[in-house]
Amino acid sequence: MTGTTARRRSYGVKGAPYAFLIPATALFLLFFALPIGYAVYLSFRKVEVSGLGLGAGARKEVWAGFQNYTDALGDSELLDGALRVVGYGCIVVPVMLGLALLFALMLDSDKVRFTPFTRLAIFLPYAVPGVVAALLWGFLYLPDVSPFYFVLDRLGLPQPDLLDGGPLYLALSNIAVWGGTGFNMIVIYTSLQSIPAEVYEAAKLDGASPLQIALRIKIPMVAPSLVLTFFFSIIATLQVFSEPTTLKPLTNSVSTTWSPLMKVYQDAFGNGDIHSAAAQAAIIAVVTLVLSFGFLRATNRRNKQEATR
Amino acid sequence: MPYTKRRRLVTSAVAVALGATTLAACGSSDDDSDAQSGPVSLTYWTWTPGMDKVVDLWNKGPGKKEQITVTVKKQASGDTLVTKILTAHKAGKAPDLVQAEYQALPTLVSNDALADISGEVDDEKNRFAEGVWQQTTLGTDAVYAVPQDIGPMMFYYREDLFKKYDLKVPATWDEFAETARKLKKAAPDKDLTTFSANDSGLFAGLAQQAGAQWWSTEGQKWKVGIDDEATKKVAAFWGGLVKEGAIDNQPMYTPAWNKALNTGEQIAWVSAVWAPGTLSTAAPDTKGKWAMAPLPQWSDSENRTGSWGGSSTGVTTDSKHKDAAAKFAAWLNTDRDALNALAKEGGIYPAATSAQLSGAFTNPPEYFSNQPDFYTKAADIAKTTAPSAWGPNVNVAYTTFKDAFAAAAKNKSDFTAALTTMQDETVADLKKQGFEVAP
Repeated sequence: MTGTTARRRSYGVKGAPYAFLIPATALFLLFFALPIGYAVYLSFRKVEVSGLGLGAGARKEVWAGFQNYTDALGDSELLDGALRVVGYGCIVVPVMLGLALLFALMLDSDKVRFTPFTRLAIFLPYAVPGVVAALLWGFLYLPDVSPFYFVLDRLGLPQPDLLDGGPLYLALSNIAVWGGTGFNMIVIYTSLQSIPAEVYEAAKLDGASPLQIALRIKIPMVAPSLVLTFFFSIIATLQVFSEPTTLKPLTNSVSTTWSPLMKVYQDAFGNGDIHSAAAQAAIIAVVTLVLSFGFLRATNRRNKQEATR
Repeated sequence: MPYTKRRRLVTSAVAVALGATTLAACGSSDDDSDAQSGPVSLTYWTWTPGMDKVVDLWNKGPGKKEQITVTVKKQASGDTLVTKILTAHKAGKAPDLVQAEYQALPTLVSNDALADISGEVDDEKNRFAEGVWQQTTLGTDAVYAVPQDIGPMMFYYREDLFKKYDLKVPATWDEFAETARKLKKAAPDKDLTTFSANDSGLFAGLAQQAGAQWWSTEGQKWKVGIDDEATKKVAAFWGGLVKEGAIDNQPMYTPAWNKALNTGEQIAWVSAVWAPGTLSTAAPDTKGKWAMAPLPQWSDSENRTGSWGGSSTGVTTDSKHKDAAAKFAAWLNTDRDALNALAKEGGIYPAATSAQLSGAFTNPPEYFSNQPDFYTKAADIAKTTAPSAWGPNVNVAYTTFKDAFAAAAKNKSDFTAALTTMQDETVADLKKQGFEVAP
């Protein structure tokens, strides 16, 4: 008798963790695994039309195998979009993280006053929704309505077209940098704050200048945060969508497939081809995964090597 | 955080599919299969502003008598709605009634989303111009929608500035080009108009006026004629004007465009009957200074226009009360009170010919109070609308237009090359979908 109750109790204890896991598992399956699984399923399907395609039963969904994937990989628009995004990322990531680090170091310096206000002021653009930010900047880029162009005009200075060619990349990057620097700065700043004061004291006793402290102590000690912000930035860059989409109506230079995600959106909602869109989305997801985790692993390995040295 | 972002990315692709589940709530949940007896409630997806007020007229009037209640669900306009309807239809949950632009009808029909309502609405045929009605039949015996509004194209110009620069209202496109050049000479900082690549409907309408037939059928095959002679002529004409700098090449509907119209930097606009509404928000300071004229012609002997915009009301195959829905669609687009309300609340220009000169259309639009015969003229122009032909992948052709012509306008390069791109991609898409395409 007592044996069975004891066993039952131990069952209950053993089962408890699983019971606690149920809500998270259910949510994960319902809102993460299932949609992704369905997207992957869709990416292997296609619609086949018979005859003129008019009337009932003229269209049916069939298996497509890897056709959507081979089409997507051979699609020059998708590839061009990816290249454009790489060019954009080459501007955004270094500038944004460089500024974020610079601002964080400056805020951390003893000589800076009004730190809370400055910190908030730099962070504030991050709170502005991406679409709103893009609209705001879009108005500032348009020569006919921009106050900047008015001033340039009055001063007789050249007025570059920011919505065309190379400057377009700068214009788009500027929006991302404006919006993202604050967030990255906070991440780096927070980790700067957690460096123990003794370290600085020791450095000062050894006669290190503020610049040396920044370069030799602060930056190496916040390296993990830098890696993290870099990681976030790569992902955000690969998924750039709202800025070019918002600027698109303002200029002839941004096509409907400017970035890979815009192509996915266009195929799904403009051309009504969810199967191709699903395949492209899967490819973008895999590339993002490989790039970002590849980067993480590479830095981890380096850290480990340094630790063992 | 990276996870959230990635999830958003992947799910964006399946949002279409998942949308169906959410949309189910919007669709008709009335399971009463007997359409003739008992009260019927219908759902109607539309983007026309103020449609709820028009539908109220039905619900309180004829609808009450027939026990047919219609509920309006406001939607985004254009291609987005087409995708949404198709998604909902895949789940068997499309609403009873939908608003659809004419060029979207073949796409909807080819997905079996629209029901043939010829039995219920054939009697209304004579209330519409033939070219308009034909767009809802797709050249078959079936009728897939009832025409609601149309957008016959016209030429709008600044009367005062035309006088100032001694310009004549162009009757032909050659004169149009001359006018543009003359203005450029007289005032180099001004443009007659712009070639904008961000609304494919404008170019489609211009091609239609020139006699283009972008889609046609040959037996069981589709034929795509986007690069036909008529369209090539139109493309080369506008490309030439852009290249020589006689007109601007910046897109419409931007803050810069609004300013150009409002300050008289651009003094004309090739547009459609709905232009007064757009102009009154884009260029409020120039109210009363504009005038409307027929579109320039390709030759003196011709008198034709194209259409830009316009939509219809269709009944979906998912509807359980197709008769009732067709009855409402017919009332909405032919009844005097309904059309009056549509004009007043929604600002539409009715497809029904009898309504084009009555009620709301006896006086000119407020913005054009200087042109008392605005709507008489408009009705005359509407009669000259050239027939149009749409195919099952207009959306693809339109997207390609935007990208190819935007690039060509930007680089001031060959427009006919952009047209070839448009043709090739449209054909490639048809083939990819499995359609047979005639060479």
